Amino acid sequence: MRQGRNAAARTAVGVAERPAAGVTGAKAAGDGPRSENTHAAGELRRTDTGAGLLIYLALGTLFGVVLMKAQVVSWFRIQEMFRFQSFHMYGVIGAAVATAAIALQLLRRTGLRATNGQPITIPPKEMGRGTRYWLGGTIFGLGWALVGACPGPLLALLGSGLGVFAVIITSAVAGTWAYGALRPRLPH
Amino acid sequence: MPAVDVIQPWPWYVAGPLIGLFVPALLLIGNRMFGISGNLRHVCAAVLPSRAAFFQYDWRRVGGWNLAFAIGILLGGVLVGFTIPSGAEIALSPAARESIGALGIRDFSGMVPGELFSWSSLLTVRGLVMMVGGGVLVGFGTAYAGGCTSGHAIAGLADFQLPSLVAVIGFFAGGLFGTWVLLPLLLRGSF
Repeated sequence: MRQGRNAAARTAVGVAERPAAGVTGAKAAGDGPRSENTHAAGELRRTDTGAGLLIYLALGTLFGVVLMKAQVVSWFRIQEMFRFQSFHMYGVIGAAVATAAIALQLLRRTGLRATNGQPITIPPKEMGRGTRYWLGGTIFGLGWALVGACPGPLLALLGSGLGVFAVIITSAVAGTWAYGALRPRLPH
Repeated sequence: MPAVDVIQPWPWYVAGPLIGLFVPALLLIGNRMFGISGNLRHVCAAVLPSRAAFFQYDWRRVGGWNLAFAIGILLGGVLVGFTIPSGAEIALSPAARESIGALGIRDFSGMVPGELFSWSSLLTVRGLVMMVGGGVLVGFGTAYAGGCTSGHAIAGLADFQLPSLVAVIGFFAGGLFGTWVLLPLLLRGSF
């Protein structure tokens, strides 16, 4: 359980005011293999319901609109990117990273809290031997080139009326399921 | 030749910052870390039977917000989908058009080539490998790497996390191999 042991959440404001890290760490140790996908802060929270979920639905809709309008959902654009034939995709990803990085620095420096009063926490990813990152990343990259879309765009494309993308999404769910089954035997 | 609608994308300096702002927005609203591929895992945990420890967690509490966000993305696709005139093409660079044409693609309308992504194409080896094979690789790879383009390439890099950089290098290595080696084999080969 290399990842499980160090599940301590780093707080964006610098000092952990609540025993959040301890709680998460203890829970993870008891639960067996913890994955980064379950956001540490999320484990401390109650289930979102009703109106609480609506805000995420609205944000997601906005995100889908941006993905479509920027055409980053397009197989053609992904080909263009991997062939280095346009700056567009690099500009989008680069500007997104830069904007998010600046915003995270501002959040850290201002010590803003989330609307629920929690200090904002960003769980660090455990490097371990790093195998999962380069190997898993490469496997995903192969799929990305073939289907020309990552998980977000797959959903937007299905919504835009391309019904056959339901097959791709179902295949992706199957891929994740297979990973879950093989996980104990894979190098991480 | 009839005139074809050509759709320009929102420029990168508009779309990029907008996408980046989802990272602080989600943190401020509910202390949530931006990411999409976790949903594949939440769906497994919710509906597929499995004894794997990877799927034993409270998906409603951990992933409820993320699934709502994912449904939103689908709705966003619906909204914009209606505004795209049928037969319209996206404004590709001439170089990309030429390279993709050299792969045998003739139909440049829509967001994806209809010759490759269609129900009838599913019945060919090529279509099956691209859609089912590609989909499985996407799902397996993101779960293995613990994130996709949003979680690693955007949120992870913005937080200067080294594992995310390693993952993104992997994304590109796989993507380049897929683009320059696998796709030409699949599309030009006699499948």
